[in-house]
Amino acid sequence: MIYLSAAHMAAKLAAGETTSVALTQSHLDRIEAVDTEVHAFLFVDSQGALAQAAAVDAKRAAGEKLSPLAGVPLALKDVMVQKGVPTTAGSKILEGWHPPYDSTVVVNLKKNDIVILGKTNMDEFAMGSSTENSAYGPTHNPWDLTRIPGGSGGGSSAALAAFEAPLAIGTDTGGSIRQPAAVTGTVGVKPTYGGVSRFGLIAFSSSLDQAGPCARTVLDAALLHEAIAGHDPKDSTSINAPVPQVVKAAKSGEVKGMKIGVVKELNGEGYQSGVRTRFDESLELLAAAGAEIIEVSAPNFEYALAAYYLIAPSECSSNLARFDAMRYGLRVGDLDGASAESVMNLTREVGFGREVKRRIILGTYALSSGYYDAYYGSAQKVRTLITQDFNKAFEKCDVMVSPTCPTTAFKIGEKSNDPIAMYLNDIATIPVNMAGIGGMSVPSGLAPEDGLPVGFQIMAPAMQDQRMYLVGAALEAALLTKWGAPLLSQAPALAGN
Amino acid sequence: MSSLSRDDVANLARLARIEMSEAELVSLSSEFTVILDAVARVQEVAGADVEPTSHPLPLRNVFRPDVVLPSLTTEQALSGAPSQEESRFRVPQILGEEA
Repeated sequence: MIYLSAAHMAAKLAAGETTSVALTQSHLDRIEAVDTEVHAFLFVDSQGALAQAAAVDAKRAAGEKLSPLAGVPLALKDVMVQKGVPTTAGSKILEGWHPPYDSTVVVNLKKNDIVILGKTNMDEFAMGSSTENSAYGPTHNPWDLTRIPGGSGGGSSAALAAFEAPLAIGTDTGGSIRQPAAVTGTVGVKPTYGGVSRFGLIAFSSSLDQAGPCARTVLDAALLHEAIAGHDPKDSTSINAPVPQVVKAAKSGEVKGMKIGVVKELNGEGYQSGVRTRFDESLELLAAAGAEIIEVSAPNFEYALAAYYLIAPSECSSNLARFDAMRYGLRVGDLDGASAESVMNLTREVGFGREVKRRIILGTYALSSGYYDAYYGSAQKVRTLITQDFNKAFEKCDVMVSPTCPTTAFKIGEKSNDPIAMYLNDIATIPVNMAGIGGMSVPSGLAPEDGLPVGFQIMAPAMQDQRMYLVGAALEAALLTKWGAPLLSQAPALAGN
Repeated sequence: MSSLSRDDVANLARLARIEMSEAELVSLSSEFTVILDAVARVQEVAGADVEPTSHPLPLRNVFRPDVVLPSLTTEQALSGAPSQEESRFRVPQILGEEA
């Protein structure tokens, strides 16, 4: 049962062929069996999940009309606040914290009767591309346990690929949903900025952060997308407009006559050969499905990475000032006579990991008097240029595409001492965040040279998220015909099987 | 070529309220030479004629009606406090010592 899609599980629940309690229990058993190897979860809420599942079953038995995903289990990234459930964002500074409220995403999940299994591992405060920056140890890629599952949402992507959950929530500031999806052979969607509420999402870089759905199929991602999206008065940057009809698009997958723009700058040099092979094959399949493939240029994308590594650290240096040891979280050095400032200094030394400190210091520098214009100010201008590149390109095409990442999953430890090499993972995903538009990664097969998953990225204009689902569903269908089975059926079995 | 000395990093760490060991100051300072070179590239295209973008949505002053809505109780708000006293957060002394 755990190998089915979420939509299929939902259909079985609706048909009375199984119960949410049984479905939830099989996932809890699976987590118990394989998570010592994978380490996708930081906290498994067996009791809460089973109670939620029993409540859904009771509602169903009473004949209540339920939402499309009612009773289906989900894994929640630990950056999302959930009332009464330990929430750490992968950091020691929040160890043991039980939030007194629910994030809007959690409220929406509960409203839709989606069962929350537990909290997934992540790079501390979502800063990283490998989940190695978690204060609680790395997550392992189910395709090869010596490799990274992507980051920052590596726990969510690994949980999907290891069949520990059919659905997961991610957050994407520079690629943290899409890159993990790419390297684990799963689907990840960053909705248009403002499409999903940020209330209760522990902030990293507020003008870039966006929560979104992670799943094993495009339709499952769409169903979850509609469950969590929509206007929220508690988030002043939430868009007050109807949610794009992504489920309809995922069911249609019609790309006839669509113009697909291949980003010239996000291909070629620096991209692994097998990544390019799979990308070219995907383009051929989409062309065969009736789409028109054209080339578009985005000359300023080459500055996106540099601008991102000024904007995100600047915003994080301000956002993370809230971890001051006063109101919640860790407090160190509170001895008689110690000053508040020394307690703050000592707490933040112990509570934050190396990458978080690196970014806070970089952001503090970029915002400091005398350097502001040269760094943060210039980065904001690059942001304008990138948005203009997108706008110009979207005059010629309906969606833009590229490989999601330059390489397949690398080895754990391989890049952890080289911040610049690590940052380069996000080269193709960052432009989307800078412009606040939507981006999706769908599996495009395995790189011939290493047998590891490759992702295909689809980018759509703001609030046109349904276009990504049209293209994603078309590609997924064409590849399914070609392979005869979903990509994940080719993943090596875990010892816990 | 941009760089940050060990003392620069120490000053930034002080501003950011993070205690740092000598070894950490030195290693961060050497990393920043590389990182700053990489990010300084933004200056190549950031001409005076380009408007800055701080946010993807053109929003200003989003307010809600000024009415009282349900919020956390005192107990809930204090539930994560490292230390509390008389229904208040208890904090270390904030006066009486040079910063």
